[in-house]
Amino acid sequence: MTTATDIAEAQLKMPLRRDPDVGRRLMHRTLKPLIGTPVNAVITLVCLWILWLGAKGAYGWHVTRAVTEGGAQACKVGHGACWPFYEAKIRFMIFGVYPYDEHWRVLLAMIIFLGAIGITMIPRFWNRSLLVLWGVTIVATAILISGGIFGLTYVPTTQWSGLPLSFLLSAIGLAFGFPLGVVLALARSSKLPAIRVIAIIFIEVIRGVPLISILFMASVMLPLFMPSGITVDKLLRAQIAIIIFAAAYIAEAVRGGLQAIPRGQHEAASAMGLHYWQSMRLIVLPQALKIAIPPLVNISIGFFQDTTLVTIIGLLDFLSTVRTAMTDPNWVGIAVLEGYVFAAFVFLVFSYGMGAYSRFLERRMRLGHD
Amino acid sequence: MRVDALGGTRLLYNLRFRAILYQVLAVGGIVLLGLYLFSNVSQKLAEQNIATGFGYLSREAGFVISQTLIDYKPTDTYGRAILAGIVNTVWVSAWSVVLATIIGLFVGIARLSRNPLLAFLAFLYVEALRNVPLLLYLFLWYALIVTSLPTVREAWEILPHVFLSNSGLTVPSLMWTSAHSMILAALILGGVLGVFIHRRATAQRITSGKSRRTWPLVAMALLIPPALALLIVQPDFTISLPEKGRFRLAGGSQLTPEFTALLLGLSLSASAGIAEIVRSGILSVRKGQWEAARALGLKDGLTMRLVVLPQALRVIIPPLTSSYLSLFKNSSLAIAIGYPDLVMVSNTTMNQTGQAIEGIAIFMLVYLGLSIAISLFMNWYNSRVALKER
Repeated sequence: MTTATDIAEAQLKMPLRRDPDVGRRLMHRTLKPLIGTPVNAVITLVCLWILWLGAKGAYGWHVTRAVTEGGAQACKVGHGACWPFYEAKIRFMIFGVYPYDEHWRVLLAMIIFLGAIGITMIPRFWNRSLLVLWGVTIVATAILISGGIFGLTYVPTTQWSGLPLSFLLSAIGLAFGFPLGVVLALARSSKLPAIRVIAIIFIEVIRGVPLISILFMASVMLPLFMPSGITVDKLLRAQIAIIIFAAAYIAEAVRGGLQAIPRGQHEAASAMGLHYWQSMRLIVLPQALKIAIPPLVNISIGFFQDTTLVTIIGLLDFLSTVRTAMTDPNWVGIAVLEGYVFAAFVFLVFSYGMGAYSRFLERRMRLGHD
Repeated sequence: MRVDALGGTRLLYNLRFRAILYQVLAVGGIVLLGLYLFSNVSQKLAEQNIATGFGYLSREAGFVISQTLIDYKPTDTYGRAILAGIVNTVWVSAWSVVLATIIGLFVGIARLSRNPLLAFLAFLYVEALRNVPLLLYLFLWYALIVTSLPTVREAWEILPHVFLSNSGLTVPSLMWTSAHSMILAALILGGVLGVFIHRRATAQRITSGKSRRTWPLVAMALLIPPALALLIVQPDFTISLPEKGRFRLAGGSQLTPEFTALLLGLSLSASAGIAEIVRSGILSVRKGQWEAARALGLKDGLTMRLVVLPQALRVIIPPLTSSYLSLFKNSSLAIAIGYPDLVMVSNTTMNQTGQAIEGIAIFMLVYLGLSIAISLFMNWYNSRVALKER
């Protein structure tokens, strides 16, 4: 059996002194786990076979069997990836129905946005200047995407689409969901029963229903709740739903952090004469939020993926523009997989990057460098 | 209180008064907001001539649901249609939970394998599934089934009498009658009896130290009730085997492409999460436990079953609960590929009746209720496996 026993066993068998015979040690370390026992050898062979099949299939589909020239007709005959489809549709898949000549604006906005995220991810920059950075980033991206001033043509929200829209929905959802979530977490651990009950009901109801039901609610029910004559933009409605949903999940992550702070910290803060808000702001929250960072990053990854659900209420997010490209009359039935493979690749790169970052943070915390 | 002692009579600085004030403000604010929204809604509904109330549930639905477990026809009521949707949601979620748990357990253990290739493959599996949205996978599986699989006439026979084609999976089936239910009940009764006998024997062994052979008794408990039931009701056990006909597959029962894609999507993506949970659970058991078990002379399998898994379960159960819950909630994505679950049926109902508020209220309540039921059950199970501190 290949179980955790093997790990324990391997740890037991670690040589205490340096083995002089390097060749033998190498043999022992690398080959024994692979072919040490007959069962292991069979497992190794099966794994190699699976890897070989996967690699051969992927390589064949993308390279050897791929159709690189000609149009839709050539792809219809071929059996591999259809590169002409990518060539023809890549800009539509990424930018959607945003005006073609203005694509550079969204591209620039995305670069600024990703750059800001990149800077935020470096712990050395974790201080107040980040707020300034994000203030500038939000204003700059908003001006670039929306336009209307500085000679930029105005682009209505109905044309905001593709990958930028996915980024926008998840970033704004998290940015506004975060303060709301912190307030909810504080309310849930409040000593005042009425406030605690309100927070518990809000958080548990939101977490107990699927995101799609909240999106439905925002797109179908919210207009009914508004006074007559006031209409709320469709994109804004979806955004509100995402903010509310994010807030409930963020609240739970923050509450986890709050619970990890020992009572002594609260008591010490009171003894210093700090009132509730002061002790929260200066003593408790800075420590609690630091503990909550890894789960918060995981929530962010989840939300980036969950924004795809807005497809169902008819917004043109990244997944939706990819599907639209695939159902283009020229390509329908020809590029069946290409679009999904491309979209999956984009999601994989961003989510895996964030996940690797979250693991880095956890390691850093365990080492105690705070 | 502190301020009172200083002689201040200013009510605003009284802590107890402030606590009450805050709560009254919060509750009052929410009540006012609710009233405001309610007045808006009733005005809008009156303007747009939309009926209110749940009376529509007993009216004729008139739409077709492509696949149902309970009997449903378009002449049935909306209430029945929604019930069919609920049953479909539960059906696909239940099967996905079972599949996801089994796959997740194996992949989780494989990730800890000493064989680096196997561990690497398991790692690839987990990362590929965790980092791509479920909705994309649903579309992908559905597209693969519908476009890449052969037509029914050239269906692949992947196992004897199991056919895979672009209209889904066709499997052998049994005409289920009440007689079969009786036998199933007898089987469950036998199982309960067997567990009971085994428990008593274990308890006796612990108190008296005497070990008795219990397996003949357990086997009898397992076999006799179903055998008796079989003799009494004598059901029909002919299994309908799908056969390849000229144009279609005859017999058997059909799992539609929508159901197959949803089942595949839900269970695979949940299995990646479960694999990570299992892995961290096993890693949480200290090395000393393995060593102690080996020192006692337990073999690998027994160590896993008697020493490691019971301790790992304590770490595994709480996150497993939330991953079951999110699987259940994710089943609502069925609407994207057209599997008639609760959300899709409710959506059709809302479009036909125009009563969005009631429709959304019903499906939110159902999800909330079932979510609470799942977490209650898992909490009960968790309290059973949790550390009994002395």
